[in-house]
Amino acid sequence: MSVTLARIEPSIADVGDYVALLKPRVMSLVVFTALVGLLIAPGHLHPVIALTALLCIAVGAGAAGALNMWYDADIDARMARTAARPIPRGRVTRGEAAGFGLTLAAFSIASLGLLVNWVAASLLAFTIFFYVVIYTIWLKRSTPQNIVIGGAAGALPPIIGWAAVTGGVAVEPIVLFLIIFFWTPPHFWALSLYRAEDYARAGIPMLPVVAGEAETRRQIVLYTLILAPLGVAPWLMGFAGPLYGIAAVAAGAAMIALALRVRAERQGYAASKQMFGFSILYLFLLFAVLLADRLWGGLAAQAVSHFAA
Amino acid sequence: MTIANEAMEEAPKAETGIRLTEQQLRARRSRSIAIALALGAFVVVIFVVTLVKLGGNVLTRPM
Repeated sequence: MSVTLARIEPSIADVGDYVALLKPRVMSLVVFTALVGLLIAPGHLHPVIALTALLCIAVGAGAAGALNMWYDADIDARMARTAARPIPRGRVTRGEAAGFGLTLAAFSIASLGLLVNWVAASLLAFTIFFYVVIYTIWLKRSTPQNIVIGGAAGALPPIIGWAAVTGGVAVEPIVLFLIIFFWTPPHFWALSLYRAEDYARAGIPMLPVVAGEAETRRQIVLYTLILAPLGVAPWLMGFAGPLYGIAAVAAGAAMIALALRVRAERQGYAASKQMFGFSILYLFLLFAVLLADRLWGGLAAQAVSHFAA
Repeated sequence: MTIANEAMEEAPKAETGIRLTEQQLRARRSRSIAIALALGAFVVVIFVVTLVKLGGNVLTRPM
């Protein structure tokens, strides 16, 4: 019997390659939305524990990114947008990315559970599982509804942040979850309209590839029409102030106007690109104003109680 | 001693194992430093959180 040993090349991956595996830009959005969930929650959390919770959530999000790159290395190599990722470039092997992702996932979940609470840790574990197994392994290659259902993973961080403070889940973070959930399809479909060839080459059944451009543009309008009123809900439900309400109404109207332009677009992708760019600003604006509203409200309440005393 | 044995003794010793290139050595060093820093940060986090959670109770324990 002969045994063939695979030749193992020593790694040339540097720290930057491992940082790239964590998808830092996605991670920053996760941390930001988790921070908002954490700060709007009732009750008090020691700043050190709050920072620890955010660190664990950030590392957990990074772990999910690394595991996504482990599984998707073949299709990443075929798409212009992702061909420069560490695995397709040959800097990191798939096994190294899987080991890195699993280690970080285990550390982040255990640390969040032991140092903060186990409800938040369970939600983080579920988020990583949902992103890696449900979205990446199952849905992404099999249905055009991939980013609709898979979007739930990206929408969960505000609930994790809330749970870190309260040890439970309530309607407020669920509204924030729904905002991100309904924001994800128009955001990604706007991108996939002008990247359809890339997705088709990689064999990913994105909506423009499977159902065509006209249907994608129609769906973008439908989801935006659900998203805009949802964006205003925190103000209508009373957990955000009028400043947030004004910002959400204005930004929601701009999103609908852009979606209608995408719908009407017959040549080129100028409106789609604009929609993709503005959708990032929209989500950031909503959460930033909600945060400012809360912090300002908290400071004002402190000042009132100080002077009343 | 046979002629073959003499020839083997005179031959230069072959290099065995993997020899890392300059680039591989640099990359390994940067990874090692990053792992050390991450472990150090983890220890600091555990230490500070322990102080915060236990507070003054850190001295209250059965002797």
